[in-house]
Amino acid sequence: MRQGQGAAIAPRDAAITVRGLRKAFGGQPVYSGFDLDVRRGDILAIFGPNGCGKSTFINMAAGLLPADGGTILYHGREVRDVRIGYVFQNYREALFPWLRAADNIRYPLKRLGLPRLEIERRLERLKAGFRVRFDLQRYPYELSGGQQQLVSVMRALAVEPEVLFLDEPFSALDYETTLDLRTLLQDVLKRLGVTTLLVSHDLEESIALADRLLMLTRRPTTVADDVAVELPWPRTSATLSEEGFVTLKRRCLAVFEAAVAGRA
Amino acid sequence: MRALLTPLAGAAGFVALWWLATWLRVADPVLLPSPAETWRDTARALQDGPLWHDLWKTVWRTVQAFVIASAIGVPLGLALGARERAYRAVEFVVDFFRSTPASALFPLFLILFGVGEGTKVAVAAFGAALVILFNAAYGVINARRTRVLAARVMGAGEARILWDVLLWEALPQILVGMRAGISLALVIVVVAEMFIGSTDGLGQRVIVAQSLFESGLMYGVIFLAGALGYLLNLLFLVAEKRLVHWGGK
Repeated sequence: MRQGQGAAIAPRDAAITVRGLRKAFGGQPVYSGFDLDVRRGDILAIFGPNGCGKSTFINMAAGLLPADGGTILYHGREVRDVRIGYVFQNYREALFPWLRAADNIRYPLKRLGLPRLEIERRLERLKAGFRVRFDLQRYPYELSGGQQQLVSVMRALAVEPEVLFLDEPFSALDYETTLDLRTLLQDVLKRLGVTTLLVSHDLEESIALADRLLMLTRRPTTVADDVAVELPWPRTSATLSEEGFVTLKRRCLAVFEAAVAGRA
Repeated sequence: MRALLTPLAGAAGFVALWWLATWLRVADPVLLPSPAETWRDTARALQDGPLWHDLWKTVWRTVQAFVIASAIGVPLGLALGARERAYRAVEFVVDFFRSTPASALFPLFLILFGVGEGTKVAVAAFGAALVILFNAAYGVINARRTRVLAARVMGAGEARILWDVLLWEALPQILVGMRAGISLALVIVVVAEMFIGSTDGLGQRVIVAQSLFESGLMYGVIFLAGALGYLLNLLFLVAEKRLVHWGGK
């Protein structure tokens, strides 16, 4: 197991600090003493085979699932004291279909108790930031899949989160929509500098969106490789065929085949 | 247009068969009067008889029972559904009394509420409340977990989640429960009007017409009760469509 750049992050630059994380399901350990540091403003992609506990990890990090032991701290604070945004894989089941798209985005802002003017200001800013051209007065089920997931992303970013969690956000979308949404998302995330945890089972997507890629093994989960993705921003669909990208992908694929798939 | 024509043709066929049966004298005309006679007797009872009053009394009792049943069943069902273990604890009792014929409870309710208006409404409310409670609880239990998690991530507390998510998630099922509940309330009210010291109501009118051999009126009241049940059901189907606009999408 390579420690990668994790250990090199100075404490004041670390947005997320994970120490000795433990979690087991039915006596089967998924994490037994997992450590991780994530640098502020980084997009960290977590890639691994199905069942390796990627989603378990971000659910624990987002406070949706209790850990059996260890700590996950955000600048020393527990997750409940941190403003977070979370984008679920299944937008159909994550948006509120009884609210219009705009009201879905307003919902977390109302929970924060922001004044109405501020809520409308943020909504307008998000609309401009994501270049929204469809009608947000529609209900979610009247929108396409890509539009619905975009609304989910806007809802998650509306609270101006310190950390954003993306749980396979594009896996239910077609390729063309995925490319569009990916470009849009990286623009906004890089501009806002939001620390982001992205869980994905798509290697191309993980590399294209990430500053750093964490490759996990099968259970019990360890880090197979910790890869710095130093490709220039913005990354477009052209990036996907550039040499740097292809080389990196080839290397990651080799790691995946060797360690992750356990065929070594 | 066709959607309306087909059921109308079915209804016309039914009346035609009925008319044919009376024309062929399948049964004694005292027991089976013709459609025309039934219509005439019923129209007369509506015009100068007590039938409007009876219809109104039955509607009013059913509505009262339904409102009481909803006021108890919906909040209790939501609260129990939100704590699944609590619901599992009372599920057997709810299921048991839901399956008990409400008419078997008449003697008990007569002791509790006496011979009067209260008893009919109370028995009907009891039966309907259990149906509504059961559906509301299941609506909450089957709520999409992702939506609850989404609300929690966005900073909603348990009370807010109940109000902002679970209530909406359960709404389709609550309306199904209400539809079944009001139908059941009508059934119980009509039976209660027959047997629990009544002087009015559709149930009372049917049984009086039968004992006086006013067959035309008896059939008419039966159809009136049927139309009432059908309309109540239709009303709730329309309400479901309009309120749960996201249903099935």
